[in-house]
Amino acid sequence: MNVVTNNKWIGQRTIRPDGMDKVTGRAQFAADTNMPGMIWGKVLRSPHAHARIKSINTAKAEALPGVKAVVTARDIVDFTIEKGAVMLGIQDMRWMCRNVMAREKALFPGHPVAAVAATSEAIAAEACKLIEVDYEVLPFVIEIEDAIKPDAPILHEFNKFEGKPSNIAGRLEHKKGDIAEGFKKADIVIERTFTTRPVHQGYIEPHACLISVTPDGKTTIWSSSQGQFMVRAMTSLLTGIPQSDIRAIPAEIGGGFGGKTIVYLEPLATILAKKSGRPVKMVMTREEVMRATGPTSGSKSTVKIGATRDGKIVAAHGTFYLQAGALPGSPIRGAAGCSFTPYDIPNLLSEGYDVCSNRSKVAAYRAPGAPIGAYAVECVLDEVAEALKMDPLDFRLKNAAREGVKAAHGPTFPRIGYIETLEAARQSDHYKAPLGKLPGKLQGRGVASGFWFNAGGESSAQVNITEDGNVVVTTGHPDIGGSRAGIANICAELLGIDYRRVSVIIGDTQTIGFSNLTGGSRVLFASSIVVTQSTEQIIKTLRERAAKIWEIDPEAVKWEDGAAHPVSPNAGQFPPLTLKDLAEKAPAMGGPIGAGVQLNTQGADGGFGTHICDVEVDVDLGIARVIRYTAVQDVGRAIHPGYVEGQLQGGVAQGIGWALNEEYIYTKEGKVDNPGFLDYRMPVCSDLPMIDCIMVEVPNPKHPQGVKGVGEVPLVPVMAAVANAIYNALGKRFYSLPMSPPKVLEVIDTPAPRQAAE
Amino acid sequence: MAKVHVTTTINGEPSEFLCEPNDTMLDALRGPLGLTGSKEGCASGDCGACSITVDDNLVCSCLMLAVESEGHQLRTIEGMAQGDKLHPLQQKFLEMAALQCGICTSGMLVASDALLKRNPKPSEEEVRFWLAGNLCRCTGYDKIVRAVMDTAAEMRAQ
Repeated sequence: MNVVTNNKWIGQRTIRPDGMDKVTGRAQFAADTNMPGMIWGKVLRSPHAHARIKSINTAKAEALPGVKAVVTARDIVDFTIEKGAVMLGIQDMRWMCRNVMAREKALFPGHPVAAVAATSEAIAAEACKLIEVDYEVLPFVIEIEDAIKPDAPILHEFNKFEGKPSNIAGRLEHKKGDIAEGFKKADIVIERTFTTRPVHQGYIEPHACLISVTPDGKTTIWSSSQGQFMVRAMTSLLTGIPQSDIRAIPAEIGGGFGGKTIVYLEPLATILAKKSGRPVKMVMTREEVMRATGPTSGSKSTVKIGATRDGKIVAAHGTFYLQAGALPGSPIRGAAGCSFTPYDIPNLLSEGYDVCSNRSKVAAYRAPGAPIGAYAVECVLDEVAEALKMDPLDFRLKNAAREGVKAAHGPTFPRIGYIETLEAARQSDHYKAPLGKLPGKLQGRGVASGFWFNAGGESSAQVNITEDGNVVVTTGHPDIGGSRAGIANICAELLGIDYRRVSVIIGDTQTIGFSNLTGGSRVLFASSIVVTQSTEQIIKTLRERAAKIWEIDPEAVKWEDGAAHPVSPNAGQFPPLTLKDLAEKAPAMGGPIGAGVQLNTQGADGGFGTHICDVEVDVDLGIARVIRYTAVQDVGRAIHPGYVEGQLQGGVAQGIGWALNEEYIYTKEGKVDNPGFLDYRMPVCSDLPMIDCIMVEVPNPKHPQGVKGVGEVPLVPVMAAVANAIYNALGKRFYSLPMSPPKVLEVIDTPAPRQAAE
Repeated sequence: MAKVHVTTTINGEPSEFLCEPNDTMLDALRGPLGLTGSKEGCASGDCGACSITVDDNLVCSCLMLAVESEGHQLRTIEGMAQGDKLHPLQQKFLEMAALQCGICTSGMLVASDALLKRNPKPSEEEVRFWLAGNLCRCTGYDKIVRAVMDTAAEMRAQ
């Protein structure tokens, strides 16, 4: 495939197709839709961290005037443990059915145990209080260290690890060479252990849905998610309604970051709607979002890296324990698979352990697992570089992966842009600028790199030419960060027309073909392939139509600047036929003009980024502030630079929150003690500086426009970049997140013995 | 409990509605008044997605009782554009990609408008502290701050 050059719209900062609705308050998010006759659903949640459910009596709730339906686990399709895994993408339905409604046991405070639909939210909430649940309260465990002890309370007795009941639900490893031999060759070896706390995706829009089920079972779902097809499939599996009867309509989504790649409310609302015969609306409170959705894993990682005196890494070993929460499935693949990938390391062992504990089931969060692993690896690399007296970027350059290097997780790299990001960082104004000095404050600079796999997968598109000669593109992925704007640019470019003539919409499950989740940084990569192929088919049709009108060979017609032209004067002398002309003539020349393409897209190569962070630490208050930040990333091709920068800036902001403030705090009863935005402190506007972006463009040779996924890489390096900057400022290292003021003060005040290199 | 009848002015238009005594202004806007541009992100005054102005004061409508709007002048995101003419802040947010998912955008625009009415020449620091009550999880705030400052400069030049 050839990369398009001399573009008119690709690379332009066009106005996004959905922008006008969003700046005027018209855009319909999940909670913004109502229906005649609609009633309200509410969830009763477990107060206990771990309890066997002996019985549930819903009689009093059902008798309350205004209550129309009650649901418990009995109403939801059971995927029994004994029958084995039923997978939907990466989700095992045995765990999903137990996550949307507790079955044998309640596994975390906030775990749904029943749901009620009533004529008002207040009555539904009142009815929840009337449901009698007989719990046998069990000992619980939350932290990884406690959960892997031999005498730990076991969440799932059926789960065995090394032959014994265990909370370790899975292990994976990536291996290359022989680390024992490799470490023998090292002149310097540094091994450190790190912990991170659970952090929430923090989308501002709580989960919400409105669902109508007609007496014949035809179901319509309005909800916000990262995939209407995922909503349809999971709802179908959990309710038994066939997919052909479920129309899942994607509302605008108010942020997801991975957290809306699974369902919570939709199966419950569907059954409540079916039982009551009324449309049911359910909206989570912020507290429910914080207690019962996401977050990502807390972690405990040990990383050992050995290098020779001349700065070559000869061996590395990483062990990453990640909290899965109540049910198996933590992102160990991202932690173990991504963390060492920027480097050409001959001897490597990277292991991940999936650990269940009594907190909400983990949900994907932007490059799931990779930021956790990179935090540990990139901090150790900083120490190794320091011990070798090498500049940290030079050290990374010396060991950087490049074309032809085989990554431990499998692939041999094609042309990649990691080295370009390091070189761009080294040459940036930021890296060359001196740090400032203020009384009572210490400034420092840190760098770190990161990798994410990126993804292709299934996508569908339909491109139609309207009767008046304009264009409607329908794709099947919810647009979180501006993908419609990118699609409009590409389609306009190919057709040679103004981008404002291209309308881009997201189809529902019954109007567009299957399209996989908005996740894995796959949407613009995959959807632009199917949109490009559809548009190319249309251009072929347009050329054929012009050829028919001119009575010449289609090969003698070219498409340029939005019109058909004879390829040369030899082909004939005809005035151009524009898209509008050909649309008007369509009825007489063969009918409507449109094309759809459905593919399982391939060729999504991984993405690399390198970040530079300056911090200023107030030594009296312990407050570390990021005062300058530059994110460098190989973005393949920036189809809409504004929204590519937006991905980089947003990822960095989330990483700064993870590094400095955000954490789940638990009470001694195992309940989340900070389930709101006041106490769960995400970065606000006054916490952050401008976030500079350097977009390196090494086009993806396997994509028609050179696109690489960009959304996830920018979260990967951030915590390490901030941690390395704080070390540079204070001369003291931190081995746990967040680096919040009390912890910073403690480290400043205690002359802790520094862990020495071997 | 009997519903309360409230008479108020929203976006310059006389409005009446019925509400429960404990309904918030946000409940009333999104419910009986059908103005869903104001969003509920937290219901505790921490995210700013429900920002409106009451007699030109910026408030979180989730922290105000609906009955308190009696006799006051309210403005919401739905009243920001004049007919088909966008407010300069709305136009600048579009041009500068100062929104991604859009859930915070209504509140950001209402809050930014309230800032520029008070302070037509804000510094970057003043913008950042004024908007510190409006959470955005997508953008890292960079493009929002730039859009507000650019709009202020353009409005001053006119």
